[in-house]
Amino acid sequence: MNLILSAKNLTRSCYALVTILYFTVSQASADWQLNMREGVTEISRAVYDLHMVIFWICVIIAVIVFGVMLYSVIYHRKSRGAKAHNFHENVYVEIAWTVIPMVILIGMAIPATGTLIKMYDAKEADIDIQVTGYQWKWRYQYLESGVDFFSSLATPAEQISGEAEKTENYLLEVDNPLVIPVGKKIRFLITANDVIHSWWVPDFAVKKDAIPGFINESWAVAEEPGIYRGQCAELCGKDHGFMPIVVEVKSEQDYQTWIKQQQLAQAEKAKSAEKRWSLDELMVTGKEVYDKSCAACHQANGEGIPGAFPALKGSPIVQGDPAAHIDVVLNGKAGTAMQAFRDQLSAAEIAAVITYERNAWGDSLGDIISPSKIAKLKQ
Amino acid sequence: MSTSTEQLVSSESKTHDTHHGPAKGISRWFYTTNHKDIGSMYLWFSLIMFITGGSMALMIRAELFQPGLQFIEPDFFNQMTTMHGLIMVFGAVMPAFVGLANWMIPMMIGAPDMALPRLNNWSFWILPFAFSMMLMTFFMQGGAPNFGWTFYAPLSTTFAPPSVTFFIFAVHMMGISSIMGAINVIVTILNMRAPGMVMMKLPLFVWTWLITAFLLILVMPVLAGVVTMMLMDIHFGTSFFNAAGGGDPVLFQHVFWFFGHPEVYIMILPAFGVVSEIIPTFARKKLFGYSSMVYATSSIAFLSFIVWAHHMFTVGMPLMGELFFMFATMLIAVPTGVKVFNWVATMFRGSMTFETPMLFAIAFVVLFSIGGFSGLMLAIAPADFQYHDTYFVVAHFHYVLVPGSIFSIMAGVYYWLPKWTGNYYDEKMGKLHFWLSFIGINITFFPMHFVGLAGMPRRVPDYALQFADFNAVSSVGAFIFGISQLLFIYNVVSCIRKSNQASDKVWEGSHGLEWTIPSPAPYHTFTQPPKVD
Repeated sequence: MNLILSAKNLTRSCYALVTILYFTVSQASADWQLNMREGVTEISRAVYDLHMVIFWICVIIAVIVFGVMLYSVIYHRKSRGAKAHNFHENVYVEIAWTVIPMVILIGMAIPATGTLIKMYDAKEADIDIQVTGYQWKWRYQYLESGVDFFSSLATPAEQISGEAEKTENYLLEVDNPLVIPVGKKIRFLITANDVIHSWWVPDFAVKKDAIPGFINESWAVAEEPGIYRGQCAELCGKDHGFMPIVVEVKSEQDYQTWIKQQQLAQAEKAKSAEKRWSLDELMVTGKEVYDKSCAACHQANGEGIPGAFPALKGSPIVQGDPAAHIDVVLNGKAGTAMQAFRDQLSAAEIAAVITYERNAWGDSLGDIISPSKIAKLKQ
Repeated sequence: MSTSTEQLVSSESKTHDTHHGPAKGISRWFYTTNHKDIGSMYLWFSLIMFITGGSMALMIRAELFQPGLQFIEPDFFNQMTTMHGLIMVFGAVMPAFVGLANWMIPMMIGAPDMALPRLNNWSFWILPFAFSMMLMTFFMQGGAPNFGWTFYAPLSTTFAPPSVTFFIFAVHMMGISSIMGAINVIVTILNMRAPGMVMMKLPLFVWTWLITAFLLILVMPVLAGVVTMMLMDIHFGTSFFNAAGGGDPVLFQHVFWFFGHPEVYIMILPAFGVVSEIIPTFARKKLFGYSSMVYATSSIAFLSFIVWAHHMFTVGMPLMGELFFMFATMLIAVPTGVKVFNWVATMFRGSMTFETPMLFAIAFVVLFSIGGFSGLMLAIAPADFQYHDTYFVVAHFHYVLVPGSIFSIMAGVYYWLPKWTGNYYDEKMGKLHFWLSFIGINITFFPMHFVGLAGMPRRVPDYALQFADFNAVSSVGAFIFGISQLLFIYNVVSCIRKSNQASDKVWEGSHGLEWTIPSPAPYHTFTQPPKVD
């Protein structure tokens, strides 16, 4: 029974089991990625190098310490007739194994300090983007060009519940990705609207907490065009696992084209409040908006989650005076998880979703909230 | 150490027993002021909490076995992670060490009991009520706390379920219990040592507990403060953690981690003590570097107060703050390294045997060191931006807490069980329990390093497909580990029941006052102080 413990044995048993499982686990589509990604910025590569250096230092120390231990376990055992020696103190040895680790640590601290100083230098950025965390989506505001949009999970609910096959970028895909140009210094001004979130893109080695009421800075220069995916890293409530980040790095020219398109689309959206909407049109748009922005808490059937998120179906606000209903949606409710949707949704979208809430789930009040009315209230 | 008093003590306490035995029936446990009874109650309580918290962990791992949502809703998943953490930290690990302290400290220093026996009774009996209140929240509207065991504001204030108030009250009660327990330990050690038991002769378990007790007294009030601030924010309209009212959510984190970092040493220092008792016994060689062990423990305790913000590298502290906390954190590796080197040097040229406590102790040294290595990696602030809040962190703290604290508690239980019950446990079953736990734990937690580095955040109920394989492996390991703990219960219960008479010395290489009294230890010991040379 005197098996020997060692790091080797440990990893060997791990690998053995891993191999067995590889053939038994159904989801074999995944890769067995072991290490951190190097990423696509100068900083992310520096971080990767630091990670590897400290890792190998640990491995070397482990080999020495566990080696001595293993040697003792094998050779200094009673069953082999080993007699216990009597030494139990040696000041020189104690000094040695205090000083040597100190020296190693100082050697490690120097490059780490250098990288940290670089990471903190967010000066002279080419583009400033404000990143705001909401429960449970991200908002991106381009301070120079005025582009402003929300980015939320695009994976359909059927894939999460297992009713549909999961696709390649399961949980790592969004409706509107953040778009940035290649080779430009982008400064991210990170904050939050409700609770603390954390904006993390592993390929940029950027992870910064998004804190309500405060603005944090971070920056990146992406060196290669491509799509980079990350996730919210700070527990932010129920759907913390469902608010991914997708960054599309485009060439300068494509980026400019994209910005123009966005500005045009935004202007279009603002105008949509002026046209007359029918009840059916409002209901269709309203359902889309509801499923995207409201259903996470109030649930698709409007029944909410008792104790956590109130039901809308049969609620006095939904059935009562439209003005009170509009006020809650526009301005949120202080001290609760109910957000202000004034800036999140267009006037038409707000009108549509309120109309939807007042007419869905058998409540049919027949009310039509007109987008133009909301547009006036929003000003 | 003295053996001359052995006869005196045993004959004296035998006659004493017939007069002053334990009370009969259930009232024995309610009214007892006996350190052995209270120690046993702490240990049983901790075992129940360990099973409770463990079942929650298994629910988490079942949900994470495959991508997609299978068994539980995201909100309930968050309740599981929160309560698993709280119960394991405050319900399983801390009470277990207090239980060991209650049993062993008086017996190790030659005292008849703890210095404040009534306080001792009360500090235990608060706990079942505190945890009943905590578990009750599952049945309340909105469910149990779901904001993580670190309960960051404003998720735990403005956005919390109504049950948060009960959680706050439960934390207050646990805090009171811990502070009273710590006062008792300090007073006992400083005042009740047998003649000749000078400080630098104290067994290391006593030393580490003395230092732990000071940590407890210093930081539990801070925890009480932070939950009180939450209570004020929730019910009395203050804005400590609400930026809209002039407060700062990051203030919460600073206050919490000022408690939280010493807290993690509260959970590991007594473990160091247990291991420092066991390794010399089974290596049949004196502990190497006794005094450097004491100094190392003290420096770790001191450093624990100036490193708290390494849990918060990503909150956007100024560069200078970031650097300070990085350097201070790296420094901890030095005294911790000294301890590991000392244990290895104790084994070196010893005459080792590998009974169950020794197996757990050796596994502790190896696996705790692995947790220490990942801790050193986490200390490097730029690299921490990639590790922070990923499964790499989950792997790290489970390596120091499960094969660290929990293994040391199990090592201690197997080591002292023959002294407590008078019977040897079944060595074969003990070893089986060890090997299943050892294998289970590594299968569970080692792959978490990989998914963390690959980019999987912690506290998510569902994950991207690339993390699927290692998560399945982890879940299998968790069930191996979880189920093999039933063996532990079996081993303890059968050791109490069956008679395989243990000698007074119990182990061939044991040394210290606790081994001079009979097995099982009589209800009252050292009513006459032994003399220590």
